[in-house]
Amino acid sequence: MSRIWSFQGGIHPPENKQQSLQQPLQPLSLPERLILPLQQNIGTPAVPRVNVGEKVLKGQCIADPGSHVSVFHHAPTSGTVSDIGMYPVPHASGMDALCIVIEPDGEERWAELEGIEDFRAASKKDVAEKIRVAGLAGMGGAGFPTDIKLHLSDDHIVTTLIANGVECEPYITADDTLMRARAEEVIGGLEIATHLIQPTHVLIGIEDNKPEAAMAINAAAARSPLDIEVVVVPTKYPSGGERQLIKLLTGVEVPHGQIPADIGIVVQNVGTLAAVYRAVHAGEPLISRITTLTGDAAERPGNYEVLLGTPVSHLLDEAGVDRERLSRLIMGGPMMGYTLDQPGVPLIKTSNCLIAGTQEEFPPAPPAQNCIRCGQCEQVCPASLLPQQLHWFAKGREFGKALDYNLMDCIECGACAYVCPSNIPLVQYYRFAKGEIRKEQVEQRKAEQARQRFEARQARLEQEKEEKARKRRERAEAAARAQTSRPQPAATNAGAQASDPEAQLKQLKTQAAVARTKLKKAQKALEQAEATGEGDSQALAAEVAAAQARSDALEKQLQQAQQQAQADPSKEPDLKALKVAAAVARTKVSKTEKALTEAEQKGAPSAEKLRDSLATLRAKADEAQRAFEEAERAAASGQEEDTASPALDIKALKTAAAVARTKLKKAQRALSDARETGDTEQIAEFEPQVRELEAQAEKAARALAEAEAAQPASPVEADLKALKSAAAIARTKVKKTEKALADAREKGLASADQLETALAGLRQKAADAERALQDAQPRAGAVEDA
Amino acid sequence: MTLIHTSSPHTGRPGHVGGVMRQVILATLPGLAALVWYFGWGPLVNVLWASVLALVFEAAVIKLRRRPVAFYLKDYSAVLTAVLLGLALPPYTPWWVTLVGMFVAIVLAKQLYGGLGQNPFNPAMVGYALLLIAFPVQMTQWAPPVSLSGDNPGLLATLKVIFELTPLPDAFTHATPLDTFKNKGALTQEELWAQVAGLKDSFGAWQAVSLAYLLGGLYLLVRRIITWHIPVAILFALFMVSGFFYGSDPSNFAPPLFHLTMGATMLGAFFIATDPATAATSNKGKLVYGFCIGLLIYIIRSWGNYPDAVAFAVLLMNLAVPFLDYYTRPRTYGHKKANKGIRG
Amino acid sequence: MESILIAIFALLGLALVFGALLGFASIRFKVEGNPIVDQIDELLPQTQCGQCGHPGCRPYAEAIANGEAINKCPPGGQSTIDALADLLDVEPQPLDAEHGEEKPRAVAYIREDECIGCTKCIQACPVDAILGAAKQMHTVIISECTGCDLCVEPCPVDCIDMIPIEPTLASWSWSEPRPGVQIIATDRGHRAAVTGSTT
Repeated sequence: MSRIWSFQGGIHPPENKQQSLQQPLQPLSLPERLILPLQQNIGTPAVPRVNVGEKVLKGQCIADPGSHVSVFHHAPTSGTVSDIGMYPVPHASGMDALCIVIEPDGEERWAELEGIEDFRAASKKDVAEKIRVAGLAGMGGAGFPTDIKLHLSDDHIVTTLIANGVECEPYITADDTLMRARAEEVIGGLEIATHLIQPTHVLIGIEDNKPEAAMAINAAAARSPLDIEVVVVPTKYPSGGERQLIKLLTGVEVPHGQIPADIGIVVQNVGTLAAVYRAVHAGEPLISRITTLTGDAAERPGNYEVLLGTPVSHLLDEAGVDRERLSRLIMGGPMMGYTLDQPGVPLIKTSNCLIAGTQEEFPPAPPAQNCIRCGQCEQVCPASLLPQQLHWFAKGREFGKALDYNLMDCIECGACAYVCPSNIPLVQYYRFAKGEIRKEQVEQRKAEQARQRFEARQARLEQEKEEKARKRRERAEAAARAQTSRPQPAATNAGAQASDPEAQLKQLKTQAAVARTKLKKAQKALEQAEATGEGDSQALAAEVAAAQARSDALEKQLQQAQQQAQADPSKEPDLKALKVAAAVARTKVSKTEKALTEAEQKGAPSAEKLRDSLATLRAKADEAQRAFEEAERAAASGQEEDTASPALDIKALKTAAAVARTKLKKAQRALSDARETGDTEQIAEFEPQVRELEAQAEKAARALAEAEAAQPASPVEADLKALKSAAAIARTKVKKTEKALADAREKGLASADQLETALAGLRQKAADAERALQDAQPRAGAVEDA
Repeated sequence: MTLIHTSSPHTGRPGHVGGVMRQVILATLPGLAALVWYFGWGPLVNVLWASVLALVFEAAVIKLRRRPVAFYLKDYSAVLTAVLLGLALPPYTPWWVTLVGMFVAIVLAKQLYGGLGQNPFNPAMVGYALLLIAFPVQMTQWAPPVSLSGDNPGLLATLKVIFELTPLPDAFTHATPLDTFKNKGALTQEELWAQVAGLKDSFGAWQAVSLAYLLGGLYLLVRRIITWHIPVAILFALFMVSGFFYGSDPSNFAPPLFHLTMGATMLGAFFIATDPATAATSNKGKLVYGFCIGLLIYIIRSWGNYPDAVAFAVLLMNLAVPFLDYYTRPRTYGHKKANKGIRG
Repeated sequence: MESILIAIFALLGLALVFGALLGFASIRFKVEGNPIVDQIDELLPQTQCGQCGHPGCRPYAEAIANGEAINKCPPGGQSTIDALADLLDVEPQPLDAEHGEEKPRAVAYIREDECIGCTKCIQACPVDAILGAAKQMHTVIISECTGCDLCVEPCPVDCIDMIPIEPTLASWSWSEPRPGVQIIATDRGHRAAVTGSTT
């Protein structure tokens, strides 16, 4: 039944597994601190859930997944979160990343854990959720979140579940040790996975160099109710690669660009399965793992049960690694692992092995020679690629050709570089090419986005321009139309302005005036007709009557409208209008007075009439003045209440004060002129005026000062900001001019002198602005304090 | 303690280019021994003289190219080229002919293209082809088997002849079986074997040499320095096509065994056509490449101007290698079929 | 006489046949639009920086199609020039220093304390990657910024910095191996020559 297929290529490097198998699995002492990177796998980093200084319990969740492809992280022991910051992490780049640092208190107090009693009775969703909150990620390779692989959507029908116990890389014995010591857990995890995905076949692949592990698993599998097939495969690197193992055990190839689940196969590392068992049965999150420590520099190589986050240096010390002899520290196996720059980095969920190699064990790579196209790389490539061609393309930066030669199907197993007689770092070439290709793709995407945004912006600007042009055109047309249709503005605008009460009022006024005029004209015509006896006096009389009626009606309407306008509570009395009215009245009075004196001097008969009208005008002027004063008082009281617009108020006051000052000056000048000419009458007239104006100006100034003193803090701040930006602008200008000046001097331009003068001016301005700002700052401070 | 930062893999199979080249040189020794045994000291002198020239030329060019001389000489590739050319030359080739050949092989055919691995043509065969065209007289004077001439001229006499201190005695020249067959004129095969003196001796000597090359070739296969594809394809093609013509007209065409063991067939199949730098890359390509070489060898031998054809066949197929490489790519894991042609 | 007629008819016949063939080809293999401009535009980095002297990448693409030099794009750098040379089948040239030099990719960053909210940079940005309003602090949408530099000059208070993009764990990748360096170790005498020719 258990037929074994084979995959192309592969190599047989020295196994070097015995060193770390001399001792059984050992626990590791608690380190001084634990460093937990928020990103330990592919996907997005997790988001911290704890704060610095917080106490955490063993197994307590400390970080939430950042997205779908991301995992939870848990405190590996009880203690205090001492820092959340950038620390070096295990990564080929040797870069820093965000980590949570926990200082253990040594008490090992567990958080409350809750397992699922009978997972077969529980819903798949609950079991998958249990696995998810336990923070499980693939413990063999890239660390893909386990729950996603075990809780597939309905369109994936899984036929085969494979447990990967191959562990093909030299040196590593973590899975071997796990299978020997915890075969039951592996099988238990397999049972849970089987429950979740319901495959028809369940296989465990183990290489034939691990007979003891195979025996233990066989024994455990026999006790399981499941029909589990333990397949012992011949030792060959890289048969532990997911795709290679699938080919090896099922004879099927995972199509390019698809995942195994697409063809109904799920592969799980045995370590992950054991963790699944613990997560579901005991609710225990992933906080520790088995890591192999080996290499010639280690005095006590072996497998250690390490807490996640344990610094590598702690493990090195425990295993008695001779730091003097240590020359290459490899995380992972010798074929695909990456070197660590410093032993301060922590062990993470995917850290299956740590090799402390000596110079003799891992001598530096000899210098690369020319590729002689010997083709040995091609013979060993498990993906059936042409490694040497890919190398030429990567070297020549012909990435398009490299892609056509399926560079992206390279699994970076290192078999080609292992056999290369020219010692060419082939894998690094592929990694470089892949990186460049990805970069190019990202840039292309970005360029495309930029192009779209640019084009959208261009289109928008174009549209705005057109809009503007259209509006300008429309305005011009409207103006032209208005000119031609001016004779009947009332008719054309009547509808449009009906909504505006003020306009309505105005319109009514005009109409009333027109009606009055018409009435007068009609009356005159009637009078004339009656006097001369010509024309149809009756018809004219009727006309007059009609005009009278119309005029009366309009007059009434107007009065109503005016009353309405005044009664409108939302409408404040128009101060300005009142003022103007008062002023007009005063002017009329003075004009009439003048006319009256003239008439009196001349002894004209109209003097009598003028005197009458003067009296009425005076009365009107007084009324207007009173109305204005009243309105002003009302407005002032309103303004006092209205503190929301103090700045506006100040501005108005300032303007008022300035106006008063100007008036006063004018009056004073007029007075002094009159004095010079010796016109006593005028002097007498102007003197009280000047005195009055003086009083007014003083009042305005006082009001302004009061208002300024009472000014709230915010305008000061705004002021300060304005001053600040002014100062900054001035400084920048000085800087820019200085630069320009230096340039000009360098080039010997004639404009240098000019610039120098300008610069001096600008410097002065900048200094002024700076001073103003400094003056303003304490004031602002005082205001704030107040 | 400073930790090394490198890309994986961190371990490699011991061995380097120099080692591979040395293995190939080692594998030619049975053939060389057989040549010396049957044709006197000439081939050995040729090989040594060519090796010295190769090292000198290589060192000079590398120096001119401002590359580290010792580093490149240690790859033994120049020596291998010299050995292959030396084995292909007639035993009493004048010293200056070898010199010209090595100059062309190392300087023109190899280093001017950028050195080891960059040359599109097999350097030894470029040198050989040029010599064959430029100096046809010197290049077709093969020595008689020692058994035929009766006495071995001795190392000193050989050196004297090669370095032209004494003229080449007539007794030192003799047509090879391929020559004889080429110039048989109207004679039928039976008549040829009966009439030409020493043909059988000569034939026997060449068969022994070919066997020795085969032995060396098998060693390379066992050591996995070459794959079986090219030699098997060449020998298969040659066997099939010569068998076809021999079967149709036995009196005019030589039998398959004659073609497989005479001339440079075995040397070419195991040592020259398998030169990795100039051969096709993929296994499929290697089969096509070898098959075409076998065909060309037969065609040129039977209807061409020159008695032997390995050099020309290999060079012609070297030309076709890029094309073959484009169209014989292997099917990558997870792909339905292999990509073909030039793209990207 | 007859032979002359034959010749004339033969030539006439050939002319008709080839004419028809050409006519057919011109319809059957008609080229839509001017794809070369699109192809050139594809290769340009779309920073819309205007360093080439054109208001955006597409105008420059059109200019190149009309015969302008291909070495005026500093953000694209040598790789873009090489790609353009490859596309247009001309000799690659070094970057024209007059239009600026190749700099590492950067994004604009506004020092927000100093921003006075003048909106000048917003108007300058060719891809609308700056957010803000009058008298309000502005900020750059990093993911949309093309690093074109155009916002730096108009800023009255010089509060915009161009910050080179640092690699992250996700974007980091291996560099190209440098074989030359390793050879030097065996042959010190040629250090200069080797590094000079291989790097």
